[in-house]
Amino acid sequence: MSSVKIELRQDQIDKIHTICDSFGNQSGELINVLHKCQETFGYLPAEVQEVIAEKMEMSAAKVYGVVTFYSFFTMIPKGKHPISICTGTACYVRGAETVLNEFKKQLEIEVGETDVNGVFSLSCLRCVGACGLAPVVQVGDKTYGRVAPDDVKAIIKDYID
Amino acid sequence: MSLVKLTIDGNKVEVPAGTTIYKAAKQMDIDIPILCYMDLKDLNIENKPGGCRICSVEVEGRRNLAPSCSTDVTEGMVVKTNTMRVINARRTVMELILSDHPKDCLSCAKSGNCDLQDMAVKLGIREIPGQEYAEMSTYRLDTSPSIIRDLDKCIMCRRCETMCNDFQTVGALHAVNRGFNAVVAPAFEMNLEHSPCTYCGQCVAVCPTGALTEVDHTAKVIRALNDPTKTVVVQTAPAVRAALGEEFGMEPGTRVTGQMVTALKQLGFDYVFDTDFAADLTIMEEGTELLGRLKKHLEGDENVKLPILTSCCPGWVNFFEYNFPDLKDVPSTARSPQQMFGAIAKTYFADKIKVDRKDMVVISIMPCLAKKYECQREEFSVDGNPDVDFSISTRELAHLIKQANMDLNKLKEDEFDAPLGESSGAAVIFGATGGVIEAATRTAYELHTGKTLDKIDFKQLRGMEGIRSATVDFDGLDINIGIAHGLGNARKLLDEVRAGKSKYHAIEVMACPGGCIGGGGQPLHHGDASILQARIKAIYDEDEGKTIRKSHENPYIVKLYDEFLGEPLSEKAHELLHTHYFDKRKKIFQV
Repeated sequence: MSSVKIELRQDQIDKIHTICDSFGNQSGELINVLHKCQETFGYLPAEVQEVIAEKMEMSAAKVYGVVTFYSFFTMIPKGKHPISICTGTACYVRGAETVLNEFKKQLEIEVGETDVNGVFSLSCLRCVGACGLAPVVQVGDKTYGRVAPDDVKAIIKDYID
Repeated sequence: MSLVKLTIDGNKVEVPAGTTIYKAAKQMDIDIPILCYMDLKDLNIENKPGGCRICSVEVEGRRNLAPSCSTDVTEGMVVKTNTMRVINARRTVMELILSDHPKDCLSCAKSGNCDLQDMAVKLGIREIPGQEYAEMSTYRLDTSPSIIRDLDKCIMCRRCETMCNDFQTVGALHAVNRGFNAVVAPAFEMNLEHSPCTYCGQCVAVCPTGALTEVDHTAKVIRALNDPTKTVVVQTAPAVRAALGEEFGMEPGTRVTGQMVTALKQLGFDYVFDTDFAADLTIMEEGTELLGRLKKHLEGDENVKLPILTSCCPGWVNFFEYNFPDLKDVPSTARSPQQMFGAIAKTYFADKIKVDRKDMVVISIMPCLAKKYECQREEFSVDGNPDVDFSISTRELAHLIKQANMDLNKLKEDEFDAPLGESSGAAVIFGATGGVIEAATRTAYELHTGKTLDKIDFKQLRGMEGIRSATVDFDGLDINIGIAHGLGNARKLLDEVRAGKSKYHAIEVMACPGGCIGGGGQPLHHGDASILQARIKAIYDEDEGKTIRKSHENPYIVKLYDEFLGEPLSEKAHELLHTHYFDKRKKIFQV
């Protein structure tokens, strides 16, 4: 669904154009263009998608279709400290879901959402290759292993200034 | 081309390499059931997402069943289309599709004309196991002026997407989201009204379920007819008479003009008129405009905009307002026949019969869904009172006639009422691709040269190719004419105009395949171009049968100018018969 309305500055529009150009404005490169734009802006608001659609001469509906198909793309800005809970097989059987539920409860947000202050966002990911530490939680670049629901409060506290 | 030998249901067949199993079977009169697959071969449109799996067949040596619509034949292949395993799989697929499909068939707009319903019947589905556990989709209803989207009924066949993107290049619809939440929607899941949608209705025409339907105004018509304070005037577009009969089991191409008039009179319309009258009026205005621009062009005026583009088709108008707003001075300013009719009915005719415009209801019967939107445009109303109150499709008219216990097959023929029911053959051919420009040519030639045409059939302008061009000799002056039907074809001609490379003096554009006869409001043709051809033939036959075949010779048109309008492009004509266009290229998210 529609994200928060923003207005793109000219330099941001130029940046999107540069990214599209770097992939030759080829429709087959749309996913790469979207990755690069998400890297740049942190997320893919409707305004960015419209600029991409116009530049690459495809319908905005198509761009939106691709953005909403792949779970990696998001139209909601990530928080300052993005929290990812691994729900891969190993983490899942070792209680990732109860950890996830505790995060939801503490932060009062659902998966894919960002809290009202823009500090934390919550997402799930599949296997970070640290199954020995399951269940695993990542906050930004930092990884926490063998997380129990009781640890959640302390992890959040680490990031509140 | 190399040939491939294979066996289907025990019979040997040889087909060109690259043929799908489905098509190979079809050649042998084996009708493998299909649901998402759609082959509009005469329009070069094929939709084969291979998504629904209803067309699955067994291929010897292959572990899984193969979707026949998207699996190519191979040498020595042995295919079975009706084994127990295949039939079970089809039924399971159907049961799964139906498990989360709304069960309101009794009141669904598509009931009786629904591919999904037909398939359930064909496969003998009597119960839907597990439906009590099935989660139901609850996508919001989207009602635009012309089209209703009820995505709970969408089965993700993506036919609409193919028409909208590949054929029309409109780009309003695309599959969005994933899994259970997947739907076909405009960008950012805005409503259709806030998308590039032109309301051409080609998506509605191919939708196999009730997910996409037209806004139905039949109840409003009945209410107006039952209101004793209202004078109800009806106008019928040329393409309607060439297709309405199909809804009553008649052969495609059966002309039912006279029976339709009888039905309308019996329904209780006070005046049964013809949009064709206004089509003649359109030719007077548009033809004069063309000659005016040509004259200036020949005199060396560099500001004059050529080619002139026809403006009768509201889907096309919506298309260029969104996609080519920089060219909005190029199309003719002439209103469409529907709107010209409304403007004349509520002024000239209302005065004649001494009825206030507020007590007059003008209803149009159109092969088109975009007309529903067009008559709601603000510029076509006076103090909030629209020139045309509402527009219903050919399909809706058929429903009305059936509701009134009439069978078109059994009705006698009757004639349109005067004065707005008289028309020339030139007006009738508006319904077919190339017809508007042929009608304009007949009049413009005679007005320009002052000579009478020996031969008034311009066969070089007729045909079914998506883009056609012809040169007509205006007594020494060569006029280059371009014709496009389907908005994807129109886009190509418009790109040339934008680039300053167009060789044409005049271009006719119709949004739908074959012109209005293939409109989004017509009886469903299911992609069979022979039906479109038959309707076109009916239109040209009606033209040939007319005594008057040139718009400027219609005596009631001559009288209208004498009594009321003065001359083409007069101040009065400008006020009532011309319009202007808007730049609709708003950023979607700003709406």
